[in-house]
Amino acid sequence: MLSLDFLDDVRRMNKRQLYYQVLNFGMIVSSALMIWKGLMVVTGSESPIVVVLSGSMEPAFHRGDLLFLTNRIEDPIRVGEIVVFRIEGREIPIVHRVLKIHEKQNGDIKFLTKGDNNAVDDRGLYKQGQHWLEKKDVVGRARGFVPYIGIVTILMNDYPKFKVRALLFPACFSHPSYDSFTKTQAGPCVLHVCCCRYQCALLCLLCSLFQYAVLFLLGLFVLVHRE
Amino acid sequence: ERIILCCVLFSLRKNVEDFTGPRERSDLGFVTFDITADLQSIFDWNVKQLFLYLSAEYSTKNNALNQVVLWDKIMLRGDNPRLSLKDMKSKYFFFDDGNGLKGNRNITLTLSWNVVPNAGILPLVTGSGHVSVPFPDTYETTKSY
Repeated sequence: MLSLDFLDDVRRMNKRQLYYQVLNFGMIVSSALMIWKGLMVVTGSESPIVVVLSGSMEPAFHRGDLLFLTNRIEDPIRVGEIVVFRIEGREIPIVHRVLKIHEKQNGDIKFLTKGDNNAVDDRGLYKQGQHWLEKKDVVGRARGFVPYIGIVTILMNDYPKFKVRALLFPACFSHPSYDSFTKTQAGPCVLHVCCCRYQCALLCLLCSLFQYAVLFLLGLFVLVHRE
Repeated sequence: ERIILCCVLFSLRKNVEDFTGPRERSDLGFVTFDITADLQSIFDWNVKQLFLYLSAEYSTKNNALNQVVLWDKIMLRGDNPRLSLKDMKSKYFFFDDGNGLKGNRNITLTLSWNVVPNAGILPLVTGSGHVSVPFPDTYETTKSY
């Protein structure tokens, strides 16, 4: 009698646990997406965070560094700025520095770029017959940077299996906090309950943060071309 | 930081085809400059390197604002922060977009730098010393360098 009741309990717990995990994951995905879209609005850039894929800006930026961009219209393009731009017909943007600008009275601007680590300017990279870049080619201006972290995005792009494993990894550790409630029903001491609750909440938080980080890095599909 | 930009013993222009880009005849300027700078105070625990660049800013009939980088240098943390350069030639060709250098009385040369931190914000700072250079009214046909 006792054992059957216990099995029912376990089966019920597992289903609820499963639903909880799915809902939890869904919430994290949608809030990560909201944060990304929010960043797009605040910075004015279609890609507010990019990963550096080439060594053309060394020793400032290395492969795997993360760059934070803004693209506000009221910020004029000036020499020395680090711009992320896209060449017409190519989908992967490039991160280089502005070398020359010519701006007309009405605000029309044409500019030339060059990578710090390159010997020549970027005219060889532009489209055939294109000598200058314009405001419309700009994805954003680099305002801040964090080293190394973007390596995860590069790994996930190069090894797609890693993507799935990284996302599902926290699922092994996430325990819904209602677990501690069933423990109170079983009647352990109060201290034990408090400890359990604390541990579960902390684990939950850590797992959520980990999933956020993984999702963000996974979402950084915009990589910088090898040039 | 102390910056002294003393510049341009002479500058010439030529009306040549811009061989680096659009094949129009544009003015080509030659500038020689001296830079004395002490950038020790900018380096702190979070500064990985400084990207220094000397830029020329001027206005022409064609374009309200022109900025051209003439020379740049990467100064890593640990390198000598005191610069004492004399008779430097520009690293990059000083081509105008058109013929706006001839007789242009006001070309401002400024030393600026981009602070690259170990992690964090990437500010662009303009140095305090700047110098104004007038270009001559005539073209030179002989080579200057």
